[in-house]
Formats: sequence, structure tokens, C-alpha cells
Amino acid sequence: MSKITTPAMVKLSKKIEKNANVTSNTPGREALKRLRKNKTAMAGLIIILIMFIVAILAPVIAPYTYTEQDYTATMQGPSAAHIFGTDNLGRDLFSRCVYGTRYSLPIGIICTVIGLLCGGALGLCAAYFGGKVDMVIMRIIDVIQAIPSILLCIALVAILGNGMWQLIVAIAAGSIEGMTKNVRAAVFMVRSNEYVNSSKSIGVSDANIMVRHLLPNAVGMIVINAVGAVSGAILSISSLSYIGVGLVAPTPEWGAILSEGKTYMSVAPHMVLFPGLMIAITVVAFNLFGNGLRDALDPRLK
Amino acid sequence: MLRYILKRILYMIPVMFGVIVVVFLMKMITPGDPVDHLLPANASVEQKEAMRDKLGLNDPIIKQFGDYVIGVVTRGDLGTSYATKQSVAGEIFGRLPKTVFIAVWAIFISQIFATPLGILAAVKQNSLVDSIIVVFTMVGASLPNFWLALMLIRWFAVDLKVLPSMYNGTAASWILPIITVSFQSIAMTTRGVRTNMLEVIRQDYIKTARAKGQKESIVVFNHAFRNTLIPVVAGIGSGLAGMIGGSLIVETVFAVPGVGKYVADAVTARNYPSLQGGIIVLALIGTVINMIVDIMYTVVDPRLKTTLLAPSSRKNKTKVAKEGA
Repeated sequence: MSKITTPAMVKLSKKIEKNANVTSNTPGREALKRLRKNKTAMAGLIIILIMFIVAILAPVIAPYTYTEQDYTATMQGPSAAHIFGTDNLGRDLFSRCVYGTRYSLPIGIICTVIGLLCGGALGLCAAYFGGKVDMVIMRIIDVIQAIPSILLCIALVAILGNGMWQLIVAIAAGSIEGMTKNVRAAVFMVRSNEYVNSSKSIGVSDANIMVRHLLPNAVGMIVINAVGAVSGAILSISSLSYIGVGLVAPTPEWGAILSEGKTYMSVAPHMVLFPGLMIAITVVAFNLFGNGLRDALDPRLK
Repeated sequence: MLRYILKRILYMIPVMFGVIVVVFLMKMITPGDPVDHLLPANASVEQKEAMRDKLGLNDPIIKQFGDYVIGVVTRGDLGTSYATKQSVAGEIFGRLPKTVFIAVWAIFISQIFATPLGILAAVKQNSLVDSIIVVFTMVGASLPNFWLALMLIRWFAVDLKVLPSMYNGTAASWILPIITVSFQSIAMTTRGVRTNMLEVIRQDYIKTARAKGQKESIVVFNHAFRNTLIPVVAGIGSGLAGMIGGSLIVETVFAVPGVGKYVADAVTARNYPSLQGGIIVLALIGTVINMIVDIMYTVVDPRLKTTLLAPSSRKNKTKVAKEGA
């Protein structure tokens, strides 16, 4: 191919490139564009990103460590030195809330990912193979669904014991049922497409069809539900910590901080107010972003 | 129709059997020896062995499982509480009315508020009213309910001193728990009603109704709203099931002596028989509610009735469509 040399040709080639960009708007890019225009979704995303930065930079942002006790300043209301006030042991609540991002956020995401991997595999198999496989998987899911998910989590923590990994296993297990149903529904929608039948007829293996053809086409719906599931997982973590299973007392997890603070609520309401707000803001952010994603990928519903 | 109802009731049996299997497995892997919890600390080895024989803990696992299933199914025997040495089933059924009372009131209140709010938001889509309602549903669904409960206690019990902060048997002490549970439910139900209403409003028959000059109020209520009733019915059912599951947290905060508090206490005291009994009872309630919802579906949605009663090839298709949606 000869090189473009004359100015006129350069101009022309640029024009072609520009047009090519305009016409090559894939559905994915269209969705991204709609997502960027959605102010509430972007606000959610920004809050999530800020939370992540806070989690990473926690030692820099927090003015005190989360265990530092100052017995001369217990249960003080918000002030310049302690913007969220202090707790009954004189620990700085702002620092504790800042360190709390290191628990709820990653644990919520890890639980969702584990739940998605397990539930996703089940849902994919159920939707792809159908028939008996589908029936067996769905009957198992029916049984799990019959047990309220928070009860299932609590029962698992009661058996496994308190601790972070036990909590992750319990919440992930509680989310499998929903994930299986979502992935199954998403795959169902793309399963009947002709390219799936074509692949089958030319002898592509089942695993290949599932991973290469079904998953990529169902991924939009799966991601939307997963983002929503993160907020549910964060709520579950704090609820369990609040009733004293999962992450307990000295851990600066928001639910655990709240649980410590509730005893002193009548004299020091800030001990309950701020950790609760942190949970609420994080959950709202994930919900906003999740809804924005849904609107972007399925503009019909907007 | 009767055949469908019967089938749906029979379908509960394998699900509940599955739940009992899960609970039995939990029993097997829970740490600690139940005998230590049921006998005084100074019991002799012989006494423990005798107790173990009595409880059937020396039997082969298959026989233990069989005895357990028969006990649960025929006698409603859910074991003995470690804490009180009383029958778990008796304790749970004594507490059930309180949990159900809160859930039923909360459902009632949330439907009263959510249906008009959802319709209003959908009819005036993208207006200021709609935005406010959408923001409310978003925030309401995201607030942790134990936090909301504590904030309500702070306002109404500590600052205003108008309501008791804890359950004490008076009518006034029901108010805060019911508000807490309904608040979240209102938010979620409003959202559901709005989404469904929006979907229905876009249908061609609504356009037709408007085009032929029908009054807007009739279009909204007669044509659109009646078709959003189906998800509303589903919402009541799943909401009720969710509330009974979620009663755990709210009852703990307000110290309401219902099933939720019973189970939460059982967890902190490592009182496994009570926890496992609670799982079976709550799962049974949830399953029954789901069954009733499924039957109600066919009542509210005549289309479903015809397809469900049609030959089996069509039934499978609707099932796929329903579950795929």
C-alpha cells in the first residue's frame, strides 16, 4: 500500500476515519454513551470510585488509627478534631468509618463474584442443557430459595464460626440462588438464537458454545444483576455484623461499629448515625449505577 | 383449575423434604455434642451415654435421618431447645403470631401507599413528582433496616418521647417496628408498580384507548392499572415472605418476642436446635406463601389459566416464558 502523502489525501483519509467512527457504533458503544449521559448512574459510579480510593488510601485519609483510644475524649459529638465524633472508648469514628471501606466494599464484591461463579455455572448448565439437568438444578435452587437468605447466611456462620472467610462463604452461598436464576434467565434469551444451533450442527462442543457464544451475549444482563447484588451483599454483611455474627466488635466494619454504638444511642446518636450513613451511601451508589447500567443496556425500559 | 392447585400443593412436598435434608445435614456438621447442652455439667459418662441412646445419637445415620424426618412430619418434633429445655416447635408457634402480625400490617400499609405513588410516578413520568418518588424508592430500598429502626427510636422514643423504644406489649410499641418494616416495603413496591405501569402504558391498546377519546382517568385505572395487578399480587406474596425472613433484624432491634428474635437469640447462644427449627418453620411459611401467590396468579391473570390447563406441550412453553422473563 502506498503512503498517503499529499495534503488533500491526508484530509480525505481523516474524513473517512471520522465517518468510519460514526458508523461503527456497536450496541456496546451506544450503551456506554447512554450510560455516560445518565447523570445519576455516573454519580453512583463516582461515589463507588471515591469509596475505593478511600479504601486504598485509608491510612493517609484517616487522621487516627482505628484502634487508637483517647480516654479524655469519649463519646464526643462531631468537632474539628473528630469530624464524626468519638465512641465510648474515645476512638475517632471518622477513622473507623474510613477503615470500614476496607471491609464492606471488597467483601461485598468478593461475595458477589463467588456467588456469580457458582450460580452462573449452575444457571448456564440449566439453561443450556434444559430438560432433566435444568429440572434437577432448579429443584435444588427451589429448596435453597425456600430458606430466607439471611437465615441461610446466619445458619452457615453459626456452623462455620465467626470470621471474615466464614462470612464470605455464607453470603456467597446465600446469593447463589438469585445468581442461578438470573444467569439462567439471561442465557435462555440468547439460547434460541440461530448461531447457537448452527454451532451445534457443525460440531462445536457444548463447553465451547456455552463459553464462546452464550456467555458473551448474555453478559449484559448478568452484569446488571451482579452490580445490584453487590449492594445486597453489603447490606447483608452489615446486618450480620450488627446482630453479632460475622465480623465482630473491634473490627471497624460499619455494621459492627453501629452495633457497638447502639448501646449509647440516647447520649451519643452520632455513633449510630455516621456508620449507618456510610452503609446507605454505598448501597445507594451501587443501586444507582446498577439501574443506570440497566437503562443503558435496555433503553426500552427507561 | 383444581388440578393445578392440587399439583401446586403436591409440589411443596419435595421442596420441604429438601429443606429438611439441608437442616439434617446442618445438624450433622454443627460443632459440639448435643448431650452436653441438655444434661447438667456434672453429668456422669453413663448418664450421657443413656441420653445419647435416648436421643438416638448412637444409631446409624440413615436411621437417624429417617427418625428425624418422621418426627418432623408426623409429630412436628423440631427437637429440644438447649436454652430452655422446652420443645422448639411449641416455642416457635407461640411466637409466630407476633411476627405475622407485623408482616401483615406492614404489607397492608405498604400497599396503601405504594400503589397510588407508583401509578402517580408512572403517569407523570419524568416530571418533578416522578423524580421525587424515584429518589425516595431508591433511598428507601437502600437504607439498612436496623439503622432506620435505630433512627426512629432516636426520634420518636428519645427526642419526642411519644412512642416506646422497645416492645412492651402495648399497642403503641407495635408502631415503630411496623413503620420500619413498611418503609422499605413501600419503597420497593412503589418501584415495582411504577415499572409495571410504565410498561403497560406503552402498550398499543392504551394508545388505542386514548386515540378513541377515552377519558384519561378511565384509561389509567380501567385499562392500565388492571393489568399491573399481576405484579402487585406477586409483590404482596414475595414481600410477605421476605418480611418474615427479615423479621430477624427488626425484632432484634425492638426486642419483639417473635420468631425472628427467637432465631437471632438462638444464633448468638449457639442454640442449634432452635435455629434449625426456625429454619424449617420459616421455610414452610415462605413455601406456602409462594404457593398461594402462584395460585393467585392464575386467578388474576386469566391468560395464564387457559395456558396452564391446556395440553402439556403448551404448558411447558409458558413455563419457559414465565421463568425466562
